[in-house]
Amino acid sequence: MNTYQEMIFRLKQYWAERGCIITEPYDVEVGAGTMCPETFLRVLGPEQYRVAYVQPSRRPADGRYGENPNRLYKHSQLQVILKPTPEDVIEQYLGSLEAIGIDLTKHDIKFEEDNWESPTLGAWGIGWQVMLDGMEITQFTYFQQCGGVDLDLVPAEITYGLERLCAFLQDRESVYEIQWTPEFAYGQVRLKEEQQFSVYNFEMAEVTTLWKLFELHEGECQRLIDLYRSLETGQERFPVLPTYDQVLKCSNLFNLLDARGAISVTERVGVIGRVRKLAVGVAGIWVDQQYGNRKAAA
Amino acid sequence: MGRDLLLEIGVEEIPDWMIPDGLQHLTTKLAELTAPLGGEVALSEATPRRLAVKLTGLKEREEDREEVVSGPPKQANPQAIEGFARKNGVSVDQLQLTETAKGVYYTFVRKVEGKAAIDLLAAALPGLILGIPWPKTMLWPGKGGVRFIRPIRWILCLLGEKVVPFAINGIEAGTMSGGHRQLGASRFAVTIENYEEKLRENFVILRGAERRARIEAALPAGVKKDAALLETLTYITEYPTPITGEFAEDYLNLPEEVLVTVMRFHQKYFSVTDASGKLAAKFVAVMNTAADPEGLVRHGNERVLRARFNDARFFYNVDQQKKLAERVEDLKSVTFQAQLGSYLAKTERVVELVRDWGGDEAALRAAELAKTDLTCEMVKEFTELQGIVGGLYARAQGEGEEVASAIYDQYKPASMEDSIPRTAAGQLLSLADKVDTLRGCFGIGLIPTGSKDPFALRRAAQGVIRILAEGELDLKLDTLAGGVEKLGDFLIERAKYYLTEIRGYAFDEVMAVLAAGASDLKDVLGRLEAVKVVRATENFEPLAASFKRMKNILDQAQFSGGGTVQESLFEDPAERALWAAFQEVAGRVRGAGYGEALAAMATLRPAVDLFFEKVLVNARDPAVRANRLTLLFSLKTEFSGIAEFSEIVPKTQETHAS
Repeated sequence: MNTYQEMIFRLKQYWAERGCIITEPYDVEVGAGTMCPETFLRVLGPEQYRVAYVQPSRRPADGRYGENPNRLYKHSQLQVILKPTPEDVIEQYLGSLEAIGIDLTKHDIKFEEDNWESPTLGAWGIGWQVMLDGMEITQFTYFQQCGGVDLDLVPAEITYGLERLCAFLQDRESVYEIQWTPEFAYGQVRLKEEQQFSVYNFEMAEVTTLWKLFELHEGECQRLIDLYRSLETGQERFPVLPTYDQVLKCSNLFNLLDARGAISVTERVGVIGRVRKLAVGVAGIWVDQQYGNRKAAA
Repeated sequence: MGRDLLLEIGVEEIPDWMIPDGLQHLTTKLAELTAPLGGEVALSEATPRRLAVKLTGLKEREEDREEVVSGPPKQANPQAIEGFARKNGVSVDQLQLTETAKGVYYTFVRKVEGKAAIDLLAAALPGLILGIPWPKTMLWPGKGGVRFIRPIRWILCLLGEKVVPFAINGIEAGTMSGGHRQLGASRFAVTIENYEEKLRENFVILRGAERRARIEAALPAGVKKDAALLETLTYITEYPTPITGEFAEDYLNLPEEVLVTVMRFHQKYFSVTDASGKLAAKFVAVMNTAADPEGLVRHGNERVLRARFNDARFFYNVDQQKKLAERVEDLKSVTFQAQLGSYLAKTERVVELVRDWGGDEAALRAAELAKTDLTCEMVKEFTELQGIVGGLYARAQGEGEEVASAIYDQYKPASMEDSIPRTAAGQLLSLADKVDTLRGCFGIGLIPTGSKDPFALRRAAQGVIRILAEGELDLKLDTLAGGVEKLGDFLIERAKYYLTEIRGYAFDEVMAVLAAGASDLKDVLGRLEAVKVVRATENFEPLAASFKRMKNILDQAQFSGGGTVQESLFEDPAERALWAAFQEVAGRVRGAGYGEALAAMATLRPAVDLFFEKVLVNARDPAVRANRLTLLFSLKTEFSGIAEFSEIVPKTQETHAS
């Protein structure tokens, strides 16, 4: 039996053997693995980097009270960043599918155009959705820009949807039926969480509190960005990473407000713009802190 | 007896819809580049992972040629002449004197040795390949790298047996190609002779036509023909193999449109109908692999489709809990366009237009409900079904067939090939919706320029023209433009396009007919058809030329009519004859159809010819002159409601000009 956790172990092992650092999930709520600093900030700048991690991705609006067999409030992504992109990146990726027991000679794999863009992160890339027997199992993206900054080295981002992939491997109609271990099904581990968070996200989250929190985190983030920009010396020790956490908080609160139906279509663009301003601001000061020629001047 | 050139660019999967244009560009540029070497394009093919072009019969090198370098004039001082010679690396006695219009000049005829084919190719190919204009490119491997549609992973480039030496981003051209990702070898050497055969051994069918035929041959009976889908599948696969899958019969309770959309747009499946033409519980998927012996691929695709259909069923059920009629107010929170307000505001404007243009109860009700499906889960999930879902729900909720079909058809025609709405109510709704969008966007300056047309206003205007020309409505372009001058011009431009490109009328006939009035498109079509018919008759073009002459004479005289023809002032029998012929024709023409009118008009030609042959309009006596101008003016005006004949460009003249 290829259990859910076994599949994850194998994928991590596979990418570890190809030089990736394996990290644990980032412990702040994110809507996608891309938003973790290990992706968003690491892809900036000229240094090589290779990392893989499983990241729970929270999308409050996708919650279905645990009643839809394929949609989840929180699903898990395996995020792989290869910077720069190795020439045989697609062969390596296909190899990872074989590593979890998919005999590619017996299946149909297609790479269909799917470019990725995140307005809240000021980021975009070019790529595909990888289709396995008609099902999307991976998003494959060559990043081009992040936080409004052109990238020095174009990384490949490989994002696997783990529940889907496992449902495919185990031939289950519902993600809740996936065997997490031989004894425990996915539903036993996560169903309550899906139910309760759906109730909270759709019905009980207090809109005024969420707005208040959004504004607090936004204010803190902007305050830090402005502070950095006003510095004449001492930038090296400035807490840019904690500043970025504030962006993630805002992004998650935005998603919650959206799920709660508290953001009208007209307001939406404006709020996305506020989050993007923060993301772009942090990307800018990060690049300056890490790669600016300020040190030489000091 | 020349040599062959084979170029294959191995690329990561290129989006299918970009492949034919990219290949075409590459082939054209390669043919231009090698023109000095002779040779012919023998192969131009592509798969998602390769663009391949072969040329045959290339010469070893370009012909040597002479280049004339101009120097100083003959009378220039000797230093200048010597300087010119030295610059060209020769002595003065090797210069020539050449006579030009401006005088006699020293020139030097330089012999330019033709470049060797291999050098010419090696120097030009990187730029040529990178110059393919893809719609959206990526940079790789980073700053200072190159832009292309996706990373290039190999380059095969052979001139005869030799490799053409060049590199792009460190990828050196060589003798290796690559096979199908799962079934073939990742790299293998080829020659020009065995190239296609080697690809086939490695499960790559190079030729698009063959892949297409392979798909078509395997499609079972009852598959709905779908040329666009076939094209997509041809260019998304290297080794296409169709398989048939099934789904549970009870999904057939869902609207057919929803099922087909899920299969067609989300899964790229062909749908299948049974003998009676009804949708069958089957689909055809096209794999990019050779076979599915264990049925794993079919099983996987069936599983995915089931999940999709379950979603659709869920959306359908949720949507029925709130009727369309109860959703009108919800449109307040759906933005149509930031400056143009919500869909509720749009709905109110469209209802108003439908009322102004005489819409009946059904049309008004359809207009009121038209946009409510935007608040339904089904449309949020399958946006391409907007309108259609509204129509289906309206029918299910007892709104009546007239209302339902008008809502269903409101976005028609979606393309040039698509039909216009079936009913008068549908046509009126579609027209009002499009006109509201056009007026609104023009009003806030969102006017399409060049290739920029984010609100698809050209398509909207094209739809307006088609509905007016082909539909049952009696509305004028002027009314639709609502006094927005730029919109009026825009619609007339679209009418020109429609009449020439779609209906195939000659450009000058369209210009002539529109110049005589463009607002009533049905009438325009009637006049245009009459002009087209009479155009073929022998008298018409010479007569049209005479009309042009009349127009010039009248323009020159700045004559704008006013008087009546005085027979007493006629001096020449030819004027009298023309006047008589004209009166006779005019009598026949009143009340006649356009066709008859123009046929009668054409009979005037001998009289007109004779008039111009015998009579000088610019007589010395001002009264005689004015009388003659009045005669011409009457003649020209009589038919000016049909077309401005001076716009007709005689065919003979056309050939002459080109």
